[in-house]
Amino acid sequence: RRQDVLTVTPWLAPIVWEGTFNSEILDSAYRPLNLTIGVTAFAIGKYTRFVGHFLESAEKHFMKGYRVNYYIFTDNPETIPNVQLQPGRRFVIVPIKKYPSWQEISMRRMEAINKHIAETSHREVDYLFCLDIDMVFYNAWGPETLGDIVAAIHPGYFNVPRSQFPYERRRSSAAYIPDGEGDFYYGGAVFGGLVKKVYEFTKTCHMTILMDKANGIMAAWQEESHLNRHFLSRKPSKVLSPEYLWDDRKPKPPEIHLIRFSTVDKNYKEVRD
Amino acid sequence: RRDVLVLTPWLAPIVWEGTFSRDILNAQYMQKNLVTGVVTFAVKKYWFFIEGFMSSANKYFLAGHQVNFYLFTDNPEQISHLQMAPENHLFVITVQNHSQWQDISMSCMDIISRYIRSQFQYEVHYLYSIDIDVQLFEHIGVEIIDTLMGTISSWQYTARRESKSYETRTESQAAIPKEEGDFYYTASFYGGSVAEVYKLTRACFKGVMEDRENDIEARWHDESHLNKYLLYHKPTRLLSPEYYWDEEL
Repeated sequence: RRQDVLTVTPWLAPIVWEGTFNSEILDSAYRPLNLTIGVTAFAIGKYTRFVGHFLESAEKHFMKGYRVNYYIFTDNPETIPNVQLQPGRRFVIVPIKKYPSWQEISMRRMEAINKHIAETSHREVDYLFCLDIDMVFYNAWGPETLGDIVAAIHPGYFNVPRSQFPYERRRSSAAYIPDGEGDFYYGGAVFGGLVKKVYEFTKTCHMTILMDKANGIMAAWQEESHLNRHFLSRKPSKVLSPEYLWDDRKPKPPEIHLIRFSTVDKNYKEVRD
Repeated sequence: RRDVLVLTPWLAPIVWEGTFSRDILNAQYMQKNLVTGVVTFAVKKYWFFIEGFMSSANKYFLAGHQVNFYLFTDNPEQISHLQMAPENHLFVITVQNHSQWQDISMSCMDIISRYIRSQFQYEVHYLYSIDIDVQLFEHIGVEIIDTLMGTISSWQYTARRESKSYETRTESQAAIPKEEGDFYYTASFYGGSVAEVYKLTRACFKGVMEDRENDIEARWHDESHLNKYLLYHKPTRLLSPEYYWDEEL
């Protein structure tokens, strides 16, 4: 039981923190359902260097005991290392095109995920998580994260007043959120849910991204801004605390008891070029 | 609310005043165009409660949303004209009465499951069973809507010597082993999606029938069976005892 943090949103979605749930009870409810959990991750250009560490750590900590399909989207299949997986877990390479700028690559993820769900993964998985590749799992990520529509609180903004959230503030953008509005600042590096729901919201986000493109504007934090706009109107049914989306460069505050998934320290300029 | 438990160990929210915003929930619910059903029984002398229940429920239960009230009674003549809100509908269904009230409450489960199958599944998305001898004094809104909902019995929250508790005799289908049990749920108010309520009422009635064949009756009748079901099929949302407070306490 946690009394130091908010554990339920005003729309009655649970906020998942260590101490709020019992893994055994959750496992006994979910294991018998024979679910397959999908993971999408984009490894474009130099980002393929993160795949090995991502997968090895996922094998240790992500949904242990469940069937998992990793979908690695890449323009560079030859550079993807061969990682040994546990039984019941599969690895699939999804070839995609490389766009000229890192911002464009980031924003096209919504479209790519949506298309892939329609063509392939809707038949193969029950739940889908869309994760950034330049990250590593350090602790258990289990069925406590499963829900219809799942978003994660960005580590930089969980303790900060709403006026400081880096929402898109220009009215001309489709991702615009006015002052005084907003529940949380969600991170673009982690989102997911039932495959059908992920299909729906990636489609909507991609539409709003295209609207901005047509108007010659790019949102402050690319698809993350569009994701935040979407989750303001269609609230997530489950919210993950920053334990599930941490930034190792930040000092660990008392509310964070456990870091489960976190960024890899890197030189942004070098790897994005 | 820091004074109470607001989340179960399986991450189902426990709804207390102060934990939610009805405005936000209404906005989300409106997008979905859902219809909710309420099932209630007024058999024998319980016809007396019909007017009180219907007028308060019509006013306070999911106000502003479409609600179908399904009133099962053996006394349809006793129902005077009830004024319903424009978005609500009342369906009066005649049933036969039984000799003992336990029999009535036990067969409620059977009646509900049969009507879900033949009718309700085509008419509503969510279905709630509420005891007729209940009056609403405050709004009960969309915070109750979820796949499988149980209400924590107010009896758990008092120091009364004769506290309600699980059936422990292993001969009964409703038996719960000694150290187990999450909460004590009241049979006076439960519900969820039409599919889940169907499964629940079928399972409970099956337990009731098996007990009857073995010549045993669970301590708190259908409520004991309900508690057994909800132990092994965890509700996705719980209502705090604020939602059903037994006047006897």
